[in-house]
Amino acid sequence: MAETATADAPAKTASGGNLLQVRNLEAWYGESHILHGINFDVNAGEVVTLLGRNGAGKTTTLKSIMGIIGKRTGSVKFNNQDIIRTTSDKIARMGIAFCPEERGIFSSLDVRENLLLPPVVRPGGLPLEQIFDLFPNLKERLNSQGTKLSGGEQQMLAIARILRTGANFLMLDEPTEGLAPVIIQQIGHTIARLKKEGFTILLVEQNFRFASTVADRYYVVEHGKIIDGFSNAELAANMDKLHTYLGV
Amino acid sequence: MQALYAQLLVGLINGSFYALLSLGLAVIFGMLNIINFAHGALYMMGAFVAYFLLNIGGINYWWALLLAPIIVGIFGMILERTMLQWLTGLDHLYGLLLTFGIALIVQGVFQNYFGSSGMPYAIPDQLKGGMNLGFMFLPIYRGWVVIFSLIVCVATWFLIEKTRLGAYLRAATENPTLVRAFGVNVPRMITLTYGLGVGLAALAGVLSAPINQVRPLMGADLIIVVFAVVVIGGMGSIMGSIITGFALGVIEGMTKYFYPEASNTVVFVLMVLVLLVKPTGLTGRAA
Repeated sequence: MAETATADAPAKTASGGNLLQVRNLEAWYGESHILHGINFDVNAGEVVTLLGRNGAGKTTTLKSIMGIIGKRTGSVKFNNQDIIRTTSDKIARMGIAFCPEERGIFSSLDVRENLLLPPVVRPGGLPLEQIFDLFPNLKERLNSQGTKLSGGEQQMLAIARILRTGANFLMLDEPTEGLAPVIIQQIGHTIARLKKEGFTILLVEQNFRFASTVADRYYVVEHGKIIDGFSNAELAANMDKLHTYLGV
Repeated sequence: MQALYAQLLVGLINGSFYALLSLGLAVIFGMLNIINFAHGALYMMGAFVAYFLLNIGGINYWWALLLAPIIVGIFGMILERTMLQWLTGLDHLYGLLLTFGIALIVQGVFQNYFGSSGMPYAIPDQLKGGMNLGFMFLPIYRGWVVIFSLIVCVATWFLIEKTRLGAYLRAATENPTLVRAFGVNVPRMITLTYGLGVGLAALAGVLSAPINQVRPLMGADLIIVVFAVVVIGGMGSIMGSIITGFALGVIEGMTKYFYPEASNTVVFVLMVLVLLVKPTGLTGRAA
């Protein structure tokens, strides 16, 4: 399994059709070549986690899928449509939503405006009541300035605002970074519930203990390539390798 | 005392133009990160379009108030699409030089055809005459300019600070990449924002035509003071530019009454003082 994932036929599970297919994706930041041919798939309804050390290219992979890296080559297929040359606003309108690592809460907008900012791109988004049910803290702070929230609340806001747009493929970049364990747990519950609601989630995490509570499958990114992949069931068997990959 | 009120009114009129122009500059700077030196030339174009509409098309002042900002706004959007958009990510200096060059060309072309003298633009019939307020005589047109400018300024503030479209604008000012990744067509929004800022300048031009006549260099004279207003108010703050615009107009008017020799320099003296105490301007956020 691990071997096949390194090359052109990544690991697959049986849950639903192929939603995202990334082939030979390369990306550059200015002159520096960051991704050197990324290959992986995400099936509809799955939670897939990209693991890897700092600087391995995980965030760049998400940003390349979202279309916000200037120079990228290869192929990214979403719902069988190639989006490698599509601009990010059009990619968003196809149903992909991105929650950046730095959260991207706007300081000149209050919490309500932040929450309602991303336009609805298709029907089927979560209604506001359900979002407040997931994140009750936000409801009490609707009139606060966005950046006056605590780190945990900002993270919840950053996730909450992409749930009402109708996008069904969510990319979450290190949603647990720098947060207290109790908040990490809450985010874990949220991801599990979103999966039940039918969202497909591509997660970037350094914290694989957290990832192991929510993910169906893992890919390991190193030096801009996918070097391994396995399912959650195979996690225990791959633990030693994983420790080596991640240096933990 | 009559003279004091008269100067106060002149101050409010100038303040109206300062506010409309600095508001447009603030909106453009926030969204495009460009110091729009062409603003004075576009203000002048607004007045000229009103003049052409009346003298060639027979279209009156009221239609000009609507049409001139749209026509000049479209001209601005073409400038943005063909030139300004390529400056994204470059130093402010490039935008400043480019827009300064555009201003010189536009003013040069108008001067070539119309010389430097002013052409009259009549006050519309409905706004002719004046009112005796008891303590002073108020020309109706001047009162109209102050009130109408105030309404336009507040409406623009409301649009930017209180509406959904304004939320997109503010968010895109902070992080255009992310707003675009949410599915908003940010480049189109930038073009429209430039059009809005330019339209405000053209509107000020139409309002000023009956007061100051229509001259190719009318904007060049005004824009230097407007930039001082923007520096004092702080780049990028909407309410800040409105209040500072009106306040400095009034201060200038008062200076004309109390110490006329300083009336042309008072704004710049204030600018120096503000920069010494608060380099980001009175209401500006640190860059």
